[in-house]
Amino acid sequence: MTKYEKMMTKKQEIMKDSLNLDYEKFELEGIAFDYEKMMNDAGYDFEAVKKIQEDNHVGDTPLVELKQITKYARKFAKKGYGARIFLKDEALNLSGSFKARRAVISVYHAKKMGYKGVVAATSGNYGAAVAAMAARLNLKCIIVQEVFDSKDISQPEIIEKARRCEAYGAEVIQLSVGPELFYEFLNILDQTKYFNASLYSPYGIKGIETLGYEIADEVLKKEKRYPDAVVITNAGGGNLTGTARGLRYHGAKDTKIIAASVDLSGLHMASDHDFNLKSFTTGHTGFGIPFSTFPDRSDVPRSAARPLRYMDQYVLMTQGAVFFITEALSLLEGMERGPAGNISLAAAFSLAQTMKEDEIIVVQESEYTGAGKHFNSQISFAKKQGIILEFGSCEKEVAGKNLVFPKSGKDVIHKELNLMDLKKSYLKHYKDKILSKQEYAYLKEELNLNIDKIIKMMEEINES
Amino acid sequence: MIKKGTYVYIKKIVLKSSERSSHIPFDTLDKDFVMKVKGYLMNDAFIGDNVDILTETKRRVSGILIEANPTYTHSFGDYLDEVKTMKDIILTEMEDTLHD
Repeated sequence: MTKYEKMMTKKQEIMKDSLNLDYEKFELEGIAFDYEKMMNDAGYDFEAVKKIQEDNHVGDTPLVELKQITKYARKFAKKGYGARIFLKDEALNLSGSFKARRAVISVYHAKKMGYKGVVAATSGNYGAAVAAMAARLNLKCIIVQEVFDSKDISQPEIIEKARRCEAYGAEVIQLSVGPELFYEFLNILDQTKYFNASLYSPYGIKGIETLGYEIADEVLKKEKRYPDAVVITNAGGGNLTGTARGLRYHGAKDTKIIAASVDLSGLHMASDHDFNLKSFTTGHTGFGIPFSTFPDRSDVPRSAARPLRYMDQYVLMTQGAVFFITEALSLLEGMERGPAGNISLAAAFSLAQTMKEDEIIVVQESEYTGAGKHFNSQISFAKKQGIILEFGSCEKEVAGKNLVFPKSGKDVIHKELNLMDLKKSYLKHYKDKILSKQEYAYLKEELNLNIDKIIKMMEEINES
Repeated sequence: MIKKGTYVYIKKIVLKSSERSSHIPFDTLDKDFVMKVKGYLMNDAFIGDNVDILTETKRRVSGILIEANPTYTHSFGDYLDEVKTMKDIILTEMEDTLHD
């Protein structure tokens, strides 16, 4: 047995010790488990989450109407179209992103359970969020990141996130490309006995419910109605899951939940060669699609992020279009944010043009920007990696080959992803499996489809 | 020579190419899986030496010493004509609405 295989055999035991949550008790028959019981048993109801966040400079961020961006979008819409675009300015949270909402509950829980420290595997804003909260609660913190390729070239965006973590006193373990990050993550948990502040635990998702709730509440107060649509940048699925749950909890049951990711199709996420050819290290299809179609691929036994339960639509944007909209947000609204947080903004810019002008579309996050994590440094880095910079229509962009910037705002166009294809990919994991009534009932919730439809889809899969 | 106690960067091979997970693309599989971490040097040493450090969480880690007093050099990148062009497009297209 190799070192790697040996570590994987210890996975369950390490997870159990580092999460202090017995996932076994949520298991039902076969593939099924009781998702709501897992969420409810986490020990923090909505009010408790809200209180912890309030005490720690998290949440209650402003919801801003982007009047100039709306005006710009309307230039390209037919008469009477062009929904009002609002943005939840999540960059104003502790540590500069909505990830603070997730981190705050996990780290608080770790402290309460008596752990000496926390560990999180993340190359993104979540690391800074965990590190900031650990600093506030006087806990040790280790962030495990995938940073550099075999030529020792690092993504500037991830270097900046490392800096931010270190600014809060965390230790940052930087790794080369590959899924063995999980090996080192387990190794660190095993060695330190710290808490696994996973993005995918119930704590990580409960923390985002307040975001959806605040959006529903603020729009209702200002406009006397719920938003027609909320656009959510989708990667691991937690952002979408938590926001949708929060909206529902408030009562916004008809608000359309739209996922948006940057289209990186063609690039392999575990490829050393492809690693530095992308301009987005998160919010992209390389996470968004596999985590939607198989949520339990994460670093906990059962992921609390289950986006297909809530998603009504899934749209893709190109990298060039997101950079263009990032520039527009600065120039037209005086808000320098992103770029990764602006994926949903770019999507909303295009989607708003398909909606009536009295409708409301909410972009549910923004993130801080700065050296390394700025669209200028991302584009400059891409150019150095041999990526061709050009202007034209979105469909000309091929991830890893070029960045195509729009020649006009009218070229910022979303692409629809077929949701039924995603649901089918999800079901393919159970090909040739005989499923019980309880398992079908579970799939009904997982995919938000009726059982007859699922049976029919399974028949098609089994025949193929 | 770099003095004991100096803040340094070390590098180590976590898994040799032959020890890696088999479920990864070939261009990754033929590379070692490498880690870099910062901490405080436990003994005087030279760049390239195998050393022990104490990390921020007081863990003792050994590896090859690659840098003393590491700092951040990431930036906003070079000047780009393309960014200037995007700015011109956006402002020109919004010109007729700016005074609304």
